[in-house]
Amino acid sequence: MTVREVAVEAYREALPVLAVSAVGGLFAGVVLGGMEAELQAVPGLLMLVPALLATRGNVYGSLGARLASALHQGLIEPHLNLDDERLRGAVAAALANGLLVSLFAAVLAFVVLAVLGRSVAPLPTLAGIAGLAGLVSGLLLTGAVVGVVFVGYRRGYNPDTLAGPVVTTTGDVVGVATLLLATRIVLGLGGL
Amino acid sequence: METRWSPGAIMRTMLPVLLVLTGIELASGFVLNTFEGTLLQYPTLLVLVPVTIGMAGNLGSILAARLSTVVHLGLLSFEPRDEYLLGNAVATFGLALTIFPVVGAGAWLAQTLVGDTALGIEKVVLVAFGSGAVLAVLAVAVTLVTTYAAYRFRLDPDDVVIPVVTNVCDVLGVVVLFVVVRLVV
Repeated sequence: MTVREVAVEAYREALPVLAVSAVGGLFAGVVLGGMEAELQAVPGLLMLVPALLATRGNVYGSLGARLASALHQGLIEPHLNLDDERLRGAVAAALANGLLVSLFAAVLAFVVLAVLGRSVAPLPTLAGIAGLAGLVSGLLLTGAVVGVVFVGYRRGYNPDTLAGPVVTTTGDVVGVATLLLATRIVLGLGGL
Repeated sequence: METRWSPGAIMRTMLPVLLVLTGIELASGFVLNTFEGTLLQYPTLLVLVPVTIGMAGNLGSILAARLSTVVHLGLLSFEPRDEYLLGNAVATFGLALTIFPVVGAGAWLAQTLVGDTALGIEKVVLVAFGSGAVLAVLAVAVTLVTTYAAYRFRLDPDDVVIPVVTNVCDVLGVVVLFVVVRLVV
């Protein structure tokens, strides 16, 4: 293959995926752009945004890859069966990881900003927002990943190629939207 | 291969990696915290934040995945004139220069519909385009260095390169956006 052929093939294969993920990213951005009031009310919240968005991708992307491999190996059936020990285990681990990592991000961000003397909201407020957003986005993304991987597999698609783009596009939107929701709830409760 | 999935076993494998990656991501959050004032003054720039982070990581991870496959097939030579290396690098620049200006225009349009037009479309597109061009160079450099390191240390590039490249590019995405905003706005 010549350089030109390699470049054209790579460009053609990647452009549609990137375009879809750009639309998802812009939706997430519009929600974030509308969060001025919340970001001002909770100093330090913006610092959490990249970590929380990446966690959604890392945790639920891994759940999707795990389910896809297990379907290929015949270890699980492509039907929602909550009695299935493997499915329950994978989902429980993903939810627990998502929640713990979100809380860890809130604590570390609080410590860094407090040590440097920058303005930061009280730890219970930040941790409450991160934890609530982590839990709600986890439930939504688990539903999306399990649904898309199972339904896609039953219709003859390779779940390996479905899980990644679904998580990257829905992850950003769900991540920012649940962050807004959690911030409103926690501020509504008086900031904890 | 572990086929009985206990939540404890999955968490023991994944949690350490996730905590390290979260530490890296908080570094980019710290940069955002540093220029929070400018972002809140011009919400259009805030719209660009998730998409810039996501695109930088996507460009890096696609390049990394493609090079890993070529490494596995034993076709990559790590020489400057290697056609897979050059071709994929050229494609990364092409993709960045196509997507980022569109993303900039999209961010401006979306923010205009919601009501805020403090920043002109030419400035937003310039910020997106400038960030995209610099990020393409950095994504190629980071991916090449990481893939070469994995190859030299005989690590599976699929396991190592993609998480490292994706998360490093996330951080670079915010840093580059910060620098370009300082220069343009």
